[in-house]
Amino acid sequence: MDRLPRWADVVLVPMVSLFLAATISAFVLIGIGQSPVEAFNVMVEGALGSAYGWGFTLYYTTSFIFTGLAVTVAFHARLFNIGGEGQAQIGGLGVALVLLYTVAWPHWTLALAAAALGAAMFGAAWAAIPAYLQARRGSHIVITTIMFNYIAAAFLVYLLVDVLRPVGQMDPASARFPEGTALPTFSEIPGIRQFYAVLDAEGVQRVNAQGELMFTGVPANVTLFLALAMAVVVWALLWRTRLGYQIRAFGMSEPAARYAGIRPVYITMVAMLISGALAGMMSVNNVMGEAGRLLQNSSEGAGFIGIAVALMGRKHPLGVVLAALLFGFLFQGGAELGLRLQIPPEMRIVVQGLVILFTGALDVMVRMLLTRTFSLFRSQRAGAA
Amino acid sequence: MDYATLLQLLDSTLRLATPLLLACLAGLFSERSGIFDIGLEGKMLAAAMSSAAVAFLTGSVWIGLLAGIAASMIFAMIHGLASITFRGNQLISGVALNFLASGLTVLIAQAMFGQGGRTPPLVGAARFERIDLPFAEALQDVPVLGPLYYEVISGHSILVYTAFALVPISWWVLNRTRFGLRLRAAGENPAAVDTAGVSVVGLRFAAVAITGVLCGLAGAYMATALQAGFGREMTAGRGFIALAALIFAKWRPVAALWACLLFGFFQALALRSDVVDAVMPVRVPVPVLDALPYILTVIVLAGFIGKAIPPRAGGEPYVKER
Repeated sequence: MDRLPRWADVVLVPMVSLFLAATISAFVLIGIGQSPVEAFNVMVEGALGSAYGWGFTLYYTTSFIFTGLAVTVAFHARLFNIGGEGQAQIGGLGVALVLLYTVAWPHWTLALAAAALGAAMFGAAWAAIPAYLQARRGSHIVITTIMFNYIAAAFLVYLLVDVLRPVGQMDPASARFPEGTALPTFSEIPGIRQFYAVLDAEGVQRVNAQGELMFTGVPANVTLFLALAMAVVVWALLWRTRLGYQIRAFGMSEPAARYAGIRPVYITMVAMLISGALAGMMSVNNVMGEAGRLLQNSSEGAGFIGIAVALMGRKHPLGVVLAALLFGFLFQGGAELGLRLQIPPEMRIVVQGLVILFTGALDVMVRMLLTRTFSLFRSQRAGAA
Repeated sequence: MDYATLLQLLDSTLRLATPLLLACLAGLFSERSGIFDIGLEGKMLAAAMSSAAVAFLTGSVWIGLLAGIAASMIFAMIHGLASITFRGNQLISGVALNFLASGLTVLIAQAMFGQGGRTPPLVGAARFERIDLPFAEALQDVPVLGPLYYEVISGHSILVYTAFALVPISWWVLNRTRFGLRLRAAGENPAAVDTAGVSVVGLRFAAVAITGVLCGLAGAYMATALQAGFGREMTAGRGFIALAALIFAKWRPVAALWACLLFGFFQALALRSDVVDAVMPVRVPVPVLDALPYILTVIVLAGFIGKAIPPRAGGEPYVKER
């Protein structure tokens, strides 16, 4: 089979996959009696049409960058980490423990650093057992990480109901985090918050009873910058360090890597620990930045979306960031579909499934399709010459 | 715990083990032929929605059952297309199909009935009725065995008995027929099957189709027998517990029966935390019971209770030499 030119491999393959997923999604919408054009307009309007919409889109994007990077790092070592969901939830536990049961944090920056570290460590710890079992005992990482998702969920139900829940509180959740640990959201960061000013009829910013300027609250917060920084770190790790080289070599060919003196057990462990840490760090965004306390099912499926993001992003941090933005748009736009057109938010899961199907499982089909098309053009050109 | 409570527990164990067993046998055929399937959950869910919707519209549970099998079959064929024809990643395909089923079932149910993604409750002939086995009433008063026969073994729907009958049938098909031998060979050494002039692709598609039918039964049982109608995410991870049972059973049909009964028993216990509290000296939180099947599976996978060795060619697309 002919090889595709590099630009086609990097750009065209994901675009065609995305186009196929979008086409089928459109048919699904028609099937349930909705107009795809109207739905798309509502999604664009709701997710990208206003600063308010962007405030939600970028909030989701932040989470998906973390989980997408988590899946990416594991993928490069040819490990399929489906456990991002569980690792993110346990990472949330790390955030809660750091913020509730250690020192009183004097400033949010320190709290952010400590919480990110706690989240990373807890997420990594949750990935460590499946990693060890894969490395030492050959237990299939896909199955063990799925099992650990369920174990994490059950463990958190137990903790939130029986241990962390404050006396007298009805809903299963931890206590609220201390006041000073709240992360600045986009409506509080100078320079960005101007977009969220609450204006009165004359276009003058409104002032509340205390004489402070008013801003519309959105969940997007400083964690986005942490996520972008982690994307750069992951890129540098994978393509600019010895460890990254070893991870990729191991993923390309285990026997060759072994022959070159790369230790399989070590690489499997390290790749999975990094992956778990990244998935865990997602919780800084939702648990610390948005909810302000630990809730049940805090990650809301973002761990699974990481799979779609990593596949769509072609396992490259830049691609992951772009794919995370796409899924952030999809998630916020999907919520708008529910509000304005009464399309159930499950539509998002359908699109997510289609993207994974076409970019992950039917990858070969798309490639075959493109290769055929390209060779058609080539033979024509050869004929003309 | 008295005898009556034990019988109640065993009764619900059988009812809860049935979908696990059907899905587990479904996975068994697929994985023995070399196609990993973590999409059992999605196929069950699709079958549950489709069977409940059609049973409600037609008033016949049998037509509903066929619709359930058809829905599951569509998903099975997409999985086959992706993992056999296009040699894609079988695990990723399974994950994708699970999401698709999770979303589509709710969307379609909502579009059809507008009841928040549920189907209307099924009554009468739209559900599988309980079947009383012969002499169950008459033998009720025989000490010990009478109540066991009446309470536990008799009084289930036809699908429960079908599931249990499928265990010896599956064993026979896999271990005593030519088709079974070839199917297992396709999962261990597909090149050898190919050399013998038998189509690996054909065998694997046949196995995936059997998986589709069995998952269809499992899903239809969930919506039309165990419960009366479809609700969002109603399979609640049973596809993964079935997968766990399959590994626990080391990919063997009879062992799968015991594994599913064990996991069904845990589920029955989780519903009766009062019984657990009465029997155990320390208080056992319900989440521990919920998590037990998964914890046990990890222990089995880790090789601490015998080694679970999957079919050798499992997960590997077969590429004919060119």
